[in-house]
Amino acid sequence: MAELNYGLSELALEIRGMVREFAEARVKPVRAELDETGHFPTEILRELGKMDLMGLYIPTEYGGTFEGDSMPNLIAVEELSRICIGVSVSFAANGLGADPILLGASDEQKKKFLPALASGEKWAAYALTEPNAGSDAGSIRTTAVKKGDKYVLNGTKQWITNGGEADIYTVFAVTDKNRGARGVSCFIVEKGTPGFTFGKKENKLGIRASATRELIFEDCEVPAANLIGREGTGFIWAMKTFDVSRPGIAAQAVGLAQGALDEAVTYAKVREQFGKPIIANQGLSWMLADMATKVETARALTYATVQSIDRGVKDYSKFSAMCKVYASDVAMQVTTDAVQVFGGYGYMKEYPVEKMMRDAKILQIYEGTNQIQRDIIGLALNKEYGAVAKK
Amino acid sequence: MHIVVCVKQVPNTTQVRINPETNTLVRDGVESILNPFDENALEMALQLKEKHAGTKVTVLTMGPPQAAEVLKEAVGRGADAVVLLCDRAFAGSDTWATSYALSTAIRKLEPADLVLFGKQAIDGDTAQVGPGVADWLGMPCIAYARKIEIADGRAVVERAFEDGYEKLETPLPCALTVLKEANVPRMASLRGKMAAKKLALQPTTAEAVGADPAKLGLNASPTRVVKIFSPPPKTGGVKWQGEEPAVLAQRLADLLRERKLI
Repeated sequence: MAELNYGLSELALEIRGMVREFAEARVKPVRAELDETGHFPTEILRELGKMDLMGLYIPTEYGGTFEGDSMPNLIAVEELSRICIGVSVSFAANGLGADPILLGASDEQKKKFLPALASGEKWAAYALTEPNAGSDAGSIRTTAVKKGDKYVLNGTKQWITNGGEADIYTVFAVTDKNRGARGVSCFIVEKGTPGFTFGKKENKLGIRASATRELIFEDCEVPAANLIGREGTGFIWAMKTFDVSRPGIAAQAVGLAQGALDEAVTYAKVREQFGKPIIANQGLSWMLADMATKVETARALTYATVQSIDRGVKDYSKFSAMCKVYASDVAMQVTTDAVQVFGGYGYMKEYPVEKMMRDAKILQIYEGTNQIQRDIIGLALNKEYGAVAKK
Repeated sequence: MHIVVCVKQVPNTTQVRINPETNTLVRDGVESILNPFDENALEMALQLKEKHAGTKVTVLTMGPPQAAEVLKEAVGRGADAVVLLCDRAFAGSDTWATSYALSTAIRKLEPADLVLFGKQAIDGDTAQVGPGVADWLGMPCIAYARKIEIADGRAVVERAFEDGYEKLETPLPCALTVLKEANVPRMASLRGKMAAKKLALQPTTAEAVGADPAKLGLNASPTRVVKIFSPPPKTGGVKWQGEEPAVLAQRLADLLRERKLI
């Protein structure tokens, strides 16, 4: 198949081949069942760990294979997403959970927690959202009170991806309620810590294989050594994490949309009505053309953003938001159109496209709703053009 | 423990044709793969390695230089050492001569506790080489193994049949031919693939393993291929369709009863 040359490294291409083969062989045969039953893809993640694919974003000094090129991990997410984003989010949420550690933790903390994540022996999760703190993440109410060489955590986190399945959680809690967002700190909390329990697994519209649970902290004592950075820096790690993780959501969107496009074109070539394949109808082929164009533009923006971050572009928050909002809107449109191409069959669970459409919706919601992304882009524009006007 | 796994590079049989002039497989333009049953043998070895610390897995193949590809695949999955037995002298060997050649190479390695083979290769389908090598090496051989447990220098093996299985115990060393149902072969790891890329494979010659030239190659092979052909598709018979399954089942039962088959 013809493809653009994005200048991918040998490693990125190797990973693409490996994960594509893996997703076809191991994920495709079970994705409908995982969706139906809501079973967490434990075996799939274990196998990805054995294949050295869980540490693509972790530097080599901490047991991973990252040496400055973020594309291999991004492409692994994209290729898994092509087959099932319920699986890919369970894979990618490890990176999200580990990002505050990578960004803000001390060398000692990194050495303690990252190698087991890199090998896939342990899994991670990121815990910011609360029942009353969604888009307004600065208004979280979980508290952490210092007591000797411990912090005592109390509160509830909501909709935590990999909740209950992960071993290592990066948890945001208020250490100084008088300072608002500047009073938030980030802690590494290990599963099994007394006072740390899980709520029920949520029953969701899509990404049903992924585990989404409440985290409940009741007088949970966490070693002070597990504080990331200084007290009050938590919100900075939370936001910096999103700046680097949002292209990952975009990669999920690109992969999902590509998967839907693959299904739609293949079907349109074999489905015959009025004595000819339906792809021979201009109305339908133009629809497919628009879908393909959207997928490629979403991919191009996402790759360009990540490659720019790797090349040292500092001010990338706006672009991270752009690729997340754009690619996830594309995924929603393309998966909806894929169902349309399949017609009545597309609405049936025997075919994969209705699942893709259900799965796509979350991409417009999680890791900052698309309205929040547009806020970020708008704020950046306001700031950038303001500076120009002053000159 | 030292485990030797013998593997074969085979054409992907989904696209194979036979040349009617020469009675040989047409290999041109056909993708080569690691024989699927050998993948199960390799997986069995790698799982034993994970279970028994200090185990070494050596993968051996005999074939042309390009057979190195299946050895690279094996390294990608976790094999510790590989041997490519490659020499003009081996060309045209049948199962007898191949078994002999492989056995000489295995004798040159550190003593093997276990020699594993796939049940059969999907090109020739003889299922003879595994037991043949075991015979040359004077080892007990259990064909059609689906499970193995090793303890105290002995192996307990499940040998499967269509209608059941036997549980057999044998001292080591022994040879097994492994079934597909034994396991699900793993895929190569990233670090394994990187190691495989760096692999500089030196072919091992017939002379290096001290093989007797009189027992090698086409001339030493007792097998003579008289004819290979694709069996003609079955014709005739009765086909019923388009009716309710219950009606068709009744009709089938009536017919079988009429012919006194049930």
